[in-house]
Amino acid sequence: MSTAVNDVKVQSSPFVKTGTGPETYLNHDNSIASWLLTLDHKRIGLMYLVSMTFMFVLGSIFAGLIRAELITPKGDMLSSDFYNRTFTAHGVIMVFFVLIPAVPASLGNFALPLMLGAKDVAFPRLNLMSWYLYIIGAIFTLMALLLGGVDTGWTFYTPLSSTYSNGNVMTVALGLFILGFSSILTGLNFIVTIHRMRAPGLTWFRLPLFIWALYATSIIQLLGTPVIAITIALLGLERVLGVGIFDPRLGGDPVLFQHLFWFYSHPAVYIMILPPLGVASELVTTFSRKPIFGYQMIAGSSLAIAIFSFIVWAHHMFTSGLSPYAAMFFSLLTFSVAIPSGIKVFTWLGTMWRGAIVNDSPMWFAYGFIGLFTIGGLTGLFLSTLGTDIHLHDTYFVVAHFHYVMVGGAIVGLLGGLHFWWPKMFGRMYNEFLAKLSAMLVFAGFNLTFFPQFLLGYLGMPRRYHEYPAEMQVMNLFSTAGALVLGLGYLMPIFYLTYAAFKGEKAPKNPWGATTLDWTATDSPPTPHNFEGQPVVTEEPYRYKSTENKEHALAH
Amino acid sequence: MWDFPIFPKQASTVAWSVDALTWFILAYNVLITAGVFVCLIFCAIFFRQKRKGQVGSQSHGGLLLELTWAVIPTIICLITFWWGVKVYAELQVPPADATDVYAVGRQWMWKMQYPTGHKEINTLHVPLGKPVKLTITSEDVLHSFWIPAFRVKSDAVPGRYTTLWFEATVPGEHKLFCTEYCGTEHSRMIGKVVVLEEAEYQKWLSEQAEFGDALQGRKLFTKLQCVTCHAGESQAKAPLLEELYMKKIPLAFDKGSPVAPGTSVLADENYLRESIRYPSAKIVAGWQHPSIMPAYDESLVSEDDLFQVIAYIKSLRRGQTPPRIEVTTQPRALGAPQSK
Repeated sequence: MSTAVNDVKVQSSPFVKTGTGPETYLNHDNSIASWLLTLDHKRIGLMYLVSMTFMFVLGSIFAGLIRAELITPKGDMLSSDFYNRTFTAHGVIMVFFVLIPAVPASLGNFALPLMLGAKDVAFPRLNLMSWYLYIIGAIFTLMALLLGGVDTGWTFYTPLSSTYSNGNVMTVALGLFILGFSSILTGLNFIVTIHRMRAPGLTWFRLPLFIWALYATSIIQLLGTPVIAITIALLGLERVLGVGIFDPRLGGDPVLFQHLFWFYSHPAVYIMILPPLGVASELVTTFSRKPIFGYQMIAGSSLAIAIFSFIVWAHHMFTSGLSPYAAMFFSLLTFSVAIPSGIKVFTWLGTMWRGAIVNDSPMWFAYGFIGLFTIGGLTGLFLSTLGTDIHLHDTYFVVAHFHYVMVGGAIVGLLGGLHFWWPKMFGRMYNEFLAKLSAMLVFAGFNLTFFPQFLLGYLGMPRRYHEYPAEMQVMNLFSTAGALVLGLGYLMPIFYLTYAAFKGEKAPKNPWGATTLDWTATDSPPTPHNFEGQPVVTEEPYRYKSTENKEHALAH
Repeated sequence: MWDFPIFPKQASTVAWSVDALTWFILAYNVLITAGVFVCLIFCAIFFRQKRKGQVGSQSHGGLLLELTWAVIPTIICLITFWWGVKVYAELQVPPADATDVYAVGRQWMWKMQYPTGHKEINTLHVPLGKPVKLTITSEDVLHSFWIPAFRVKSDAVPGRYTTLWFEATVPGEHKLFCTEYCGTEHSRMIGKVVVLEEAEYQKWLSEQAEFGDALQGRKLFTKLQCVTCHAGESQAKAPLLEELYMKKIPLAFDKGSPVAPGTSVLADENYLRESIRYPSAKIVAGWQHPSIMPAYDESLVSEDDLFQVIAYIKSLRRGQTPPRIEVTTQPRALGAPQSK
């Protein structure tokens, strides 16, 4: 089968239909209008991927500015004001426009209906509208940057943001308000799709684990995001109309803002990390050629994490004068999230044990993901423990921890997923050597960048510092050097994956031998309507069949 | 360049407790991380696919193993949680004999205020081997008061008081940072803690002494006309404030009042502060709602003055409420440190 495809020497772009080639979702109509008005979940997924990559590059440039400034202890490259606007822009762009939609909006949109055996998501028009809301939100935020930026930090703590800041707070806040609806509607769309559009035979416990992860994520998006919308509205009431809600001078309570903000923004961390956890489960089982170890535990732990994520928010506030009893309560609950997260790591190892592991590049990203997620998760225990969090709160230790989880998790997970589904998206293979090199550079660069920050934090470097004590310079130098390596590791896939999409070697239908419908029942790239007829599922996922004899027959 | 520190000084009694807990968590973190990495590398090499098309063992899990890796981490987490609570309690509850110092954060400096009434900016002088309790607030945005060498931190929240305490064990200077982002000059909102031997500290304090916080507060109490209503007379318009501090106060329940019937409140510093800034927030049982007392906002009483008024109210004993019109001179140095 694969040999037959390789014989066809088609070097034209997969976006252009040739006389002989099959009709795919990429080439059936390549006018610009057909992309901008598409209702096809696969095209919308790609549009998210492109817009998100743009935002990611922008956010990375701001990160580069931060690391460049911190080469020396004195604030000699940027002014304090500019530096503050830089890390705010970095945080806002990366959290809201990259990490939160990273996996669900791009890979989720592309793969979810394919994995379910559905022609599209439940509400294709709503799906397109979600993308436009993302773009409108992004335009507002970029506009605020062009108008001079915001200097509140991505957390927008009051009363700095509501009363004292002279930045374009409301322009950004409005952008995030609009963006939030993109997230809510995507969550709603996915939940309905998973409930209503599964192929015959695809029972709940036959769902691929990526679907379980997206389901858990969608619940958070649907229930959590309205709270941040309300918080932004209240912030607007105070900043624009002077209604006293958060500023004590107006009779408000600044800590109330923190409660409301983290009630969304803590679960938001799980919007970022749950889908990559699902991607990792797919990668580990597929490349281990072995059923996932403890399917129900993994599916259940995704739901457990989603539920627990709503009741731990005040662990961001242990030093803000919280009642000691509340602090104890939230500390204990926070530990309860550690258990399902740990279970996931152990089940991946259990899956690999006595597997027949194919060490292709997506698996390399999965290794990197597991490594970084383990370090990120375990260092979280220092922060959920009351006695140590008091010292570590608002230091570089926290910065290192959440980058390990959110970036090491979400971005490396996204890269793993992209390398996994790229042949399905474009029907082309990328350069395997470059992909492995990129996986190594990302892992090494990431650790070199963020590991010294754990030490810096414990030693005494506060977050969001433009200038810092001179004895902390060496570790900051390590960090900046690591950022260069990390940047290179990120930059490479943008080039070789894009090249592969146009000029890569033709990919077979199922290059990894995966068992889910997105691989077994569709072409690479899929046709506009995904499937010929209605696929039917007859067994649990991840039943890998030995092809040792058949492969021999094909090869010779 | 290469002799840079990687671990902070331990300069307070609680630093040891915090670090011991850190080492404990670090120890099992390193063990688990090493275990995961070794296992990953081992699997990637020894369980790699040897023949094309080969599949792994077709097992789907094992209940015993799954329970093991759910139960053991739970036990480790519970031990860590409990140890964390113990250290937290140590960090939160100051000894009864702690010296009071007040700190006010504002963009972008720390103002320290001693019981002697003396004030200084960005420098905190404390005695060696004596517990010190800091009461912290902010005049504008959020700040956070952090002394890494002491492992203590507390946010400065406008509109309320937070506290932290420590007992310094190493004389000399230690760094002080603002750790809650507070605007443009956040990274310059730094200072130092100077730890002095007890005798030196007393000497320093007596050189700086002015009149004492409580005595300054007494002057304000008259100047702001608090005494007009909070008077020890039968027809007084407001409750008497003598021996009020740390008493349980039953609150009035009224149609317009925000409190539930039968509520009482502990008259701590935060309550005293709130009752001065927003008199109608919590009315003492038996008095009318809303309060007839004007709200004393920042334009009438600054945060610094407020500390002094509260210091005075805390010091008020039975029968000490001043008469409405002062005719005699006051006794010297109420609340000032006693020289032995």
